[in-house]
Amino acid sequence: MNRLSIIGLVIVIVFVLVAIFAPWIAHYDVGATNLAMRYMPPSAAHWFGTDSTGRDIFSRVVFGARISLEVGVIVVLVSAFTGTLIGAVAGFYSGWVDSLLSGYVFNVFLAFPGLLLAIALVAFLGAGLNKLIFALCIIGWVGYARLIRAQVLKVREYDFVQAARALGAGDFRILFLHVLPNAIQPLIVQASLGMAGAVLAEASLSFLGLGVPPPAPSWGVMIEEARDLSTLQAAPHALIFPGLAIALTVLAFNFIGDGLREYLDPRQRRR
Amino acid sequence: MRHKLFGLLRRIGLLILVVWTVVSLVTILIELVPGDPAVAVLGEQATPEQLAQFRTKHGLDRPPFFFGFPADEHGQRHFKWYGLSNRYDDYWVAILHGDLGKSFRTDQPVFNLILERYPATIELAIVAMLIAVAIAIPLGVVAGKNRGTLLDNFLSVIALVGISLPSFVIGPMLVYLFAVKLGWLAPSGRFEWSDIILPAVTLGAALSAILTRMVRSSVIEELSEGYVRTARAKGLSERAVVYKHVLKNGLIPVVTVLGLQLGVLLAGAIITEKIFGWPGLGLLLVEDGIGKRDYRIVQGCVLAISTTYIIANTLTDMLYRWLDPRIRVS
Repeated sequence: MNRLSIIGLVIVIVFVLVAIFAPWIAHYDVGATNLAMRYMPPSAAHWFGTDSTGRDIFSRVVFGARISLEVGVIVVLVSAFTGTLIGAVAGFYSGWVDSLLSGYVFNVFLAFPGLLLAIALVAFLGAGLNKLIFALCIIGWVGYARLIRAQVLKVREYDFVQAARALGAGDFRILFLHVLPNAIQPLIVQASLGMAGAVLAEASLSFLGLGVPPPAPSWGVMIEEARDLSTLQAAPHALIFPGLAIALTVLAFNFIGDGLREYLDPRQRRR
Repeated sequence: MRHKLFGLLRRIGLLILVVWTVVSLVTILIELVPGDPAVAVLGEQATPEQLAQFRTKHGLDRPPFFFGFPADEHGQRHFKWYGLSNRYDDYWVAILHGDLGKSFRTDQPVFNLILERYPATIELAIVAMLIAVAIAIPLGVVAGKNRGTLLDNFLSVIALVGISLPSFVIGPMLVYLFAVKLGWLAPSGRFEWSDIILPAVTLGAALSAILTRMVRSSVIEELSEGYVRTARAKGLSERAVVYKHVLKNGLIPVVTVLGLQLGVLLAGAIITEKIFGWPGLGLLLVEDGIGKRDYRIVQGCVLAISTTYIIANTLTDMLYRWLDPRIRVS
């Protein structure tokens, strides 16, 4: 593993711990406003300062990690699972099933820019965390399906698969016991980059007012609330800290994904 | 030759099928609105007459699809065939006549609203792309030529940071720096030529990072090719080798990425336009469409952006085949 992916892993572990122990780490109520304390710069009492309504930014960033990671984990798990199933079926059976799935369905989903489809879905369904997760899963699974399809196409030609067939194993057994376990390795890379994408997408939609509704401390919501000119002038830290949190999380997952890709693909490692 | 023609026809067929599905999906999106769209638009206090009038005006009183399962007076659902008198059919007939419906709020034709806003978005996307290319090519070449050095590692990390920093973080930070602190540029709007600088840099930042990585690996790959050795052997300067030979070949994959990224830029412009109040399609979608629950505008914008995306992707694919004969043959 290269150095950058170790750094990425450390950052992710820190964020996961912060998310789990958020109630013990944050000292203030994330929703408690205090107009007398608005726009306070970072200090011993308020590590990241306070925002335009006097809320403690550090506590909000800490609880924001929960929302981001929750969305990321659920979206990646659901889309990876669905994508793997669909991709495996397309790759394993080929023929008209594959033509329909990879020739048509995949192309339809790839014909939309992902973010636009998510925005459209949430715009019509109405804002909210569950709807946002649903929309991100709808746009997320195709990447995994394409990847697994290509892998399965390769693995199903291997000798051990032929051997299993010769021994009389059924399609189901061959696919799930022999082909898939040997095909899912690159999924880890995709999942890691998918976490980065999901965290970013959650923040983007929340920023647009289509994600978690405002009092909730989503990093995207915090940035949206901090970007009007008077807040920018009085308290730029209200923008910088949640921005830094998003950037660090996304960067960390990208580092891990890049490192894993290099590790799994020896051709890239030599470079 | 016949094989080629068949391939082309197949691609065109698929394109039509994909466009048809995308348009269909957009037309039925409005059915996802929880409850009654008329109530969502006019509010709870609207009278039944107002609601009915609104539904009739926008065709919402018609059945959504060719068939349905309406409930009878006992609450039982039965299959019912509506024929051509349905919203899905209405929408298609209208689209083929260049009509995207009327705004739920202002009654303006959505097609005109989109036409009005489209140039601003395209302008923003193109300037963002130019900025990204202008940054990425020199940085990528320098990184690729100096592979493995401290400079290369530094540039690679910068590029990853660029990919990871979302536009809604970069944008407000640029506003803070150049509008609030230095006072050089306006924080929002589209009045003077200089107003495009901040939004275009914001929109192009991630793309420039992606392109830098692409140019770098492209340069590395091409540098190991035989023709580079030949060029060097015949005494060409390193500069000429890199800029005349390597870059020319190395830019082919970059062109593909550029074309594919045009659609991503159009989608990304939604956020950038919101940050800078840039009056393009994205702002129309977010403020007039989503913000005011004007679903017709949302449908129109989604349709316009995704169609542009599909066309850009298809053109890119064709350009790529034309640029690289190896792909044409295979």
